[in-house]
Amino acid sequence: MTSSLASCPVAIRIQEDDFDIAREIAVLTHGRTDIGAVVSFSGICRADEDSSDIAALTLEHYPGMAEEEIKRHVDEALSRWPLNGVTVIHRVGRFVPGQNIVLVLTASQHRRAAFEAAEFLMDYLKTSAPFWKKEESATGTGWVEAHARDDEAAARWTKS
Amino acid sequence: MKVKYFAWVRERVGKAEETIEPPATVRTVAELITWLSGQSEAYAYAFEKPKVIRTAIDHAHVKADAAISGAREIAFFPPMTGG
Repeated sequence: MTSSLASCPVAIRIQEDDFDIAREIAVLTHGRTDIGAVVSFSGICRADEDSSDIAALTLEHYPGMAEEEIKRHVDEALSRWPLNGVTVIHRVGRFVPGQNIVLVLTASQHRRAAFEAAEFLMDYLKTSAPFWKKEESATGTGWVEAHARDDEAAARWTKS
Repeated sequence: MKVKYFAWVRERVGKAEETIEPPATVRTVAELITWLSGQSEAYAYAFEKPKVIRTAIDHAHVKADAAISGAREIAFFPPMTGG
């Protein structure tokens, strides 16, 4: 899903393939002289979750809704901050610790909007975009439970 | 209407999607969950804690009291854990 609203290109992709952060930043800023700040957040598969050792994670999603839900939150971010570009890439499939899972890039004239928008997008990606993690460990496999701390992180954006 | 299931809801129901025809008396998401739970032990197990289940109608999140009339696709899933 790619769209360009005035001078704010938005790219939303759900893919199995890895992403190259430097390349994505270069695509976002290519030919632009109005961007003064790019914030990049990468989410990476880590080896321990609540004291259990994870061998791998499998990411499942709801095709169609996942893209639309991310788009709704990108649109809200665009209405709240003066952004000059947004890229959201969420991978699906099976990952081992150390592999990339998600990338959020936000570009703006100044850093504050880019920092805040990236955090806003990540908080909502975790709590409202339809993705689910199943973890494999020495003791078996199981679905990751949602954390109240993630709901709390997303809720603070609704306070004025 | 088409119904989709994801993550452990899908595993418990035993299928990813199906077409269902609930009776006209089933008007809301909560009523649909109750009706599905009565269809078999698999559904009863999937929906044993209805408050945990999240629902989307036509790709948008809805609450349990949302009307299901006119829905093309209803999805049931656990709280999301992406990112």
